Amino acid sequence: MIIFIVRRLLQTIPVLLGVSLVVFLMIHLIPGCPARAMAGEAADPVQIEILREQMGLNDPVLTQYFRFIRRIVTGDLGTSIVSGRPVVEEIFEARFAITVHLAILGTLAAVILGLIVGIVSATMKDSFLDILLMLVALLGLSIPNFWLAVLLIIEFSVNRGLLPIVGWGEINQMVLPTLTLGISGAAIIARMTRANLLDVLNQDYIRTARAKGAGERIVIFKHALRNALIPVITVVGLQFGALLTGAIITETIFAINGMGRLIIQSITQRDVIMVQGTVLVVSIMFVAVNAMVDIAYRLVNKRVDLN
Amino acid sequence: MSVSTKRKLKKIFKNRQLTLGGVIVILFILLAIFAPLIAPFDPLEQSMQRRLQAPSGEHIMGTDNLGRDVFSRIVYGTRVSLVVGIASTLMGGIVGVFFGVIAGYYGKAVDTVIMRATDILLAFPGILLALAIVAILGSGTEVVIIAVAVWAVPSFARIVRGSTLAVKKLEYIDAIRAVGAGDFRIIFLHILPNVLSPIIVQATLNVGGAIVSAAVLSFLGVGTQAPTPEWGSMVSTGRQFMLENPHLVLFPGLAIFLLVVGINLFGDGLRDHLEPKKTK
Repeated sequence: MIIFIVRRLLQTIPVLLGVSLVVFLMIHLIPGCPARAMAGEAADPVQIEILREQMGLNDPVLTQYFRFIRRIVTGDLGTSIVSGRPVVEEIFEARFAITVHLAILGTLAAVILGLIVGIVSATMKDSFLDILLMLVALLGLSIPNFWLAVLLIIEFSVNRGLLPIVGWGEINQMVLPTLTLGISGAAIIARMTRANLLDVLNQDYIRTARAKGAGERIVIFKHALRNALIPVITVVGLQFGALLTGAIITETIFAINGMGRLIIQSITQRDVIMVQGTVLVVSIMFVAVNAMVDIAYRLVNKRVDLN
Repeated sequence: MSVSTKRKLKKIFKNRQLTLGGVIVILFILLAIFAPLIAPFDPLEQSMQRRLQAPSGEHIMGTDNLGRDVFSRIVYGTRVSLVVGIASTLMGGIVGVFFGVIAGYYGKAVDTVIMRATDILLAFPGILLALAIVAILGSGTEVVIIAVAVWAVPSFARIVRGSTLAVKKLEYIDAIRAVGAGDFRIIFLHILPNVLSPIIVQATLNVGGAIVSAAVLSFLGVGTQAPTPEWGSMVSTGRQFMLENPHLVLFPGLAIFLLVVGINLFGDGLRDHLEPKKTK
């Protein structure tokens, strides 16, 4: 097991190096000279040359890349072109925590909603409720989440005046962003839970449990669910990636000052250094979560053999 | 019509997902092609006298903040969404299939390098890579197509690699090689045609995903730019006026939703039809 964990963690190293390479290249792929792009249209050649020298753009690319890696490892992601503040400060001061908070709430909402719907549907297979819930889940899968957010705002904020339209911090401000973020994941988890539970309920050991007189509740919660939930773990992990992207949309719509909103603001302000930093941090988070999910999956399911 | 064609058609129509999805998709395609005939107004024509009107007999989906007819804009918006969805899928698909088939066919170092590259691309969650590309190249419909295409490459590569590995082991490939066919001939004439089904299914579903991604980029303000009618940016602009004019966000969002549901139904149905073994 420890060997597996170590190996899985080692696997992330080449991926992280690759990610850092792509992020590093971003600045070099900008058409024309990146220093000119940063200095603005009005900058004179001397200014640009000074900037080039400052940014180390006159060195060989490989040297620049190694310098970039060394900087990242020491926790230096450069300085924002717009605000002039260190990128690390901008990200980790408050924004990082907000996005993580939002992502965790979204995951919780997705898991809780998804499990309830999935279990109810599976236990009441082919009932009207089952068909209705699965139809809703199907729609939940296809609905673009920025539109869903707008619909939620119209219904709960505009028409009913129950919840605030923007902001983050108060509990009532967190409801709509969490729902926006959680619904598509909930739909996927609900479908998956239902399918797995139905699969498991057909197996011999469940028949045995029933035969020895266990009640339906015990059969489902004690015997069936435990096995049915194993594949759901992977979905939760995959969903986390969707959630990080979802956070970009959610934060923009609800004016939440997290990393997602920062990415969009940096792109519109053409703050490449800031975009580099945020893209890097979000991707590292995603790679780390995926590794953790794989390890968790292995822990609960000893049968899996990942070469 | 011969008996066998009739039977084939019957089988297709019996697959309800495929039929329903197909009908929705065809309706949208017709909408895009005949946009000038269907749209009652010029999608760009502004009028201050008739701004922010609720849906009426004349403007069935109302007018926007610049007095443009929402229905006409949605009709023309179909063009942008379909073009972006199809073009980016074609671009990403071709590149992905190429690398996938090469990786699967040659194996060893080639395979390792290509697969690690897809690992790296997949390490950027969701549309993050597309956003990074937009950050580099600037916004606009063409950039959106490229960004969404790059996002599609790794999934195509992985699927095709898997299928290629399976086909490569079959005896007839050995037979063809024994006859003296070169790699190029084997790949393009004998392997690709046999991995076509998963490619078609993936391509269909990818069009849906690409349309949503493109709409998201435009919604966030970094995709297709004004005044081009695009559904995502219509929802985005409509957001500022939605307190009194919910129709501005309802209709364009509904258009995306319907088209994507149609494409996903069609794709799922296609999978059942082409790869019956894989369905539960």
